[in-house]
Amino acid sequence: MTDAYQPLRKRADGVWAGLHAKPWIRVSTGLQGMAAGAGEVLEALRAELSRQRVDATVSEVGTTGLCYAEPLVDVHVPGTARTLYHNVTPEQVARIVAEHVKAQRPIAEWAHATADGTLEGVPPRGELPMMKGQVRVALRNAGEIDPLSLEQYVARGGFEGLDKALSGMTREQVVQEVRDSGLRGRGGAAFSTGTKWSFLAGNKSPIKYILCNCEEGDPGAFNDKTILETDPFTLVEGCIIAGYATGASNGIVFIRHGHHEPIERTTRAIEACYEAGLLGKNILGTGFSYDMEVSLVGESYVAGEETALMEAVEGKRSMPRFRPPFPAAVGVWGKPSNINNIKTISYVPEIVRQGAKWFAGIGTERSKGTVIACLSGHIKYPGLLEVPCGITMRHLVEVMGGGEPSGKRIKFLQTGGPLGGMLPAAQLDMVLDFDEMSRAGAMFGSGGLIVCNEDTSIVDLTRVLLAFDQMESCGKCFPCRLGTSHLLEILERACDGRSRPTDLDLMDRVGRNMRAGSLCGHGQLGYNPVSSALKAFADEFKAQMSDAGPIPIPPFVGPRSTRRGAQMTGDTPTAQVYPEFVINLQPVTTASQQPTAAG
Amino acid sequence: MTTTSDGVRAKAREAIRNQPYKTHTILSSLLAVQDALGFLPPEGLDEVARHRNTTVNEVWGIASFYPNFRFTAPAKHVVEVCWGPTCHVMGAQPILRGLLQRLGLHAEGDTPDGAVTLKMNTCLGVCAHAPAMSFDHRLAGHMSPQKALAGLEKLRSGDQPAHAGHDGARTASGGAR
Ligand SMILES: Cc1cc2nc3c(=O)[nH]c(=O)nc-3n(C[C@H](O)[C@H](O)[C@H](O)COP(=O)(O)O)c2cc1C
Ligand code: SF4
Ligand code: FES
Repeated sequence: MTDAYQPLRKRADGVWAGLHAKPWIRVSTGLQGMAAGAGEVLEALRAELSRQRVDATVSEVGTTGLCYAEPLVDVHVPGTARTLYHNVTPEQVARIVAEHVKAQRPIAEWAHATADGTLEGVPPRGELPMMKGQVRVALRNAGEIDPLSLEQYVARGGFEGLDKALSGMTREQVVQEVRDSGLRGRGGAAFSTGTKWSFLAGNKSPIKYILCNCEEGDPGAFNDKTILETDPFTLVEGCIIAGYATGASNGIVFIRHGHHEPIERTTRAIEACYEAGLLGKNILGTGFSYDMEVSLVGESYVAGEETALMEAVEGKRSMPRFRPPFPAAVGVWGKPSNINNIKTISYVPEIVRQGAKWFAGIGTERSKGTVIACLSGHIKYPGLLEVPCGITMRHLVEVMGGGEPSGKRIKFLQTGGPLGGMLPAAQLDMVLDFDEMSRAGAMFGSGGLIVCNEDTSIVDLTRVLLAFDQMESCGKCFPCRLGTSHLLEILERACDGRSRPTDLDLMDRVGRNMRAGSLCGHGQLGYNPVSSALKAFADEFKAQMSDAGPIPIPPFVGPRSTRRGAQMTGDTPTAQVYPEFVINLQPVTTASQQPTAAG
Repeated sequence: MTTTSDGVRAKAREAIRNQPYKTHTILSSLLAVQDALGFLPPEGLDEVARHRNTTVNEVWGIASFYPNFRFTAPAKHVVEVCWGPTCHVMGAQPILRGLLQRLGLHAEGDTPDGAVTLKMNTCLGVCAHAPAMSFDHRLAGHMSPQKALAGLEKLRSGDQPAHAGHDGARTASGGAR
């Protein structure tokens, strides 16, 4: 242990003990909680505590992952069971304060679970369907600590990993540890993190960057933002360790403008680390120096692509660059750079602290550790789950997620975001494993799982995804720019019952050209939703596109403009200007299915 | 809001100078101006160009790329509706149609009286509570067409402060589309 870490740890343990010595009430006020009304509950709680003259600590914690139970109020009163109250309304707050906090009588009828101690008729948190089977590594502090408190983070083992790396490991050993852990990128391409780091470590430039990617444009995924608003220190610690391991000088956390909580909390966590000597010059007195900052981008999905991200950091249009040179050679501001997803980096502190062997012991042969899944759509328990790789999708959805809430049949899952695919219910026994899922045409991607029941039209949802892909295409290269527009038009026709006999073939040709000829993953993968939907639901597609009486799908109200100012829905000019978009490009490499893997 | 051109310039300059993040770029300066003024007036674009020592064309090229920038003064209230896939399968379309009809709009945009901007967002980040919306940046989940219209009326009748300040601005999307 470094001499500098010891006093920090001691102070943190003191704070932690102090928190438990009197009532401590934690309210989930992450984005998810706020959408469920946690803001009003928090206000009512503060008012009630002062009205009833109760001395209690109130902490705004991020999200616990149990989104279906929000607003969630977690009451710890010494001498009673720590109790989680679910779906709390402002009206309930007075009684919770009077009975549980003041009179020390937890209210079993409103309780969802206990987190410590027991309460008659109330399950322990770990026995909740959604919690049972979770292994929380990156989310280990979710709902437990105040995201802005360095002491609370440290009290739960925070910065032990950094301290261990700086005091007892060489840079090479840290890279090797991460490589041995089997950690693969959680941003989509599942590339080995240790290997990626070794590219940057091999470059001897004095200025090198670690970029942490929280663009998180995938609709249906909210896990990156959750980490930053729930436990920003874990990201900051991971980024400092990554900096040490690769010999980088600067870390940049890249967040979409407007995401108030993640931006604010990350900024404040960075400030707190500077004050505590965990960032800046001579970190923990070891001679290692490292700087971190936050960088914001305007709304752009493609800005999440690694080279587009570098353009955005430099303040330009987020349009991807041609590769090579790869980021490890020429990255942001022309300097060597390494890009990782927020989740990926957030695993690092625990991997270093507990060792590669421990992490590699979780998961499957090739997919190590846990993944963070975001369940939404037609599901009983929407929320965030951290589960070991290797469990089946069926278990995840039907047991942990509670299945379809209205008794209808689950038809398919939309996975991997708008460049991902459709996983039909028949394939729910698939094991959660990056390689197995991408072989089935359903990428795990960033972890968004949208559950769709039998009422969902596959053609309609495919159209929505393509509307997204078309609107977000940056427009730099034509196979994607025109291809997404063309696919959307064909799907619009299908929904309106105006399909042409050649449309299925045309889609296939356009899709192949996009895959072969696009500059970045957006165009290369943009046909995925269509191809996977066609594969799983060919009959429904054909019926919708035949003229033997298609099922009407109501017209779709979409955003007005694309990034290129063209009309999006209805007759876009594309069809008139390029009636047959059929330039036959050939794939350059056979690996074009996984284009974002390298770098 | 300042109305004179000089006043706008001064405000833009101040926003650019005081932007909170360490590295100043054209994009970061544009975001700062939009945050301060609610939109990018020509004077703001010009000030960004001066500050970054570049041309207005270059600045305009970047500003026009990101749909969260707007170039006319914002309406009094802003209502955002998520049209992302989760919200779509959970019923975003009837909400949108209802709002468009009530506002007399055909597509996203401002009402002619300048009272309300309707924006469509690709994901408000609260998919667990779909279908989702926000009213002056206050998030609201589990919406229905009725709740959406009720929320709109509440806004227009002034029950909620216009452009909720920092406490209210807890949203997945402060930007405009
Ligand atoms: C169009 C497009 C959008 C992307 N968006 C994101 C994103 O929002 N977040 C992210 O982490 N990765 C995103 N990626 C993947 C990144 O390019 C990159 O592979 C990833 O950040 C690397 O991190 P990892 O190795 O930790 O997964 C995107 C890729 C493409 C092609
Ligand atoms: S593939 Fe699409 S998003 Fe990527 S560079 Fe080309 S036009 Fe832009
Ligand atoms: S898809 Fe609507 S909030 Fe995410």
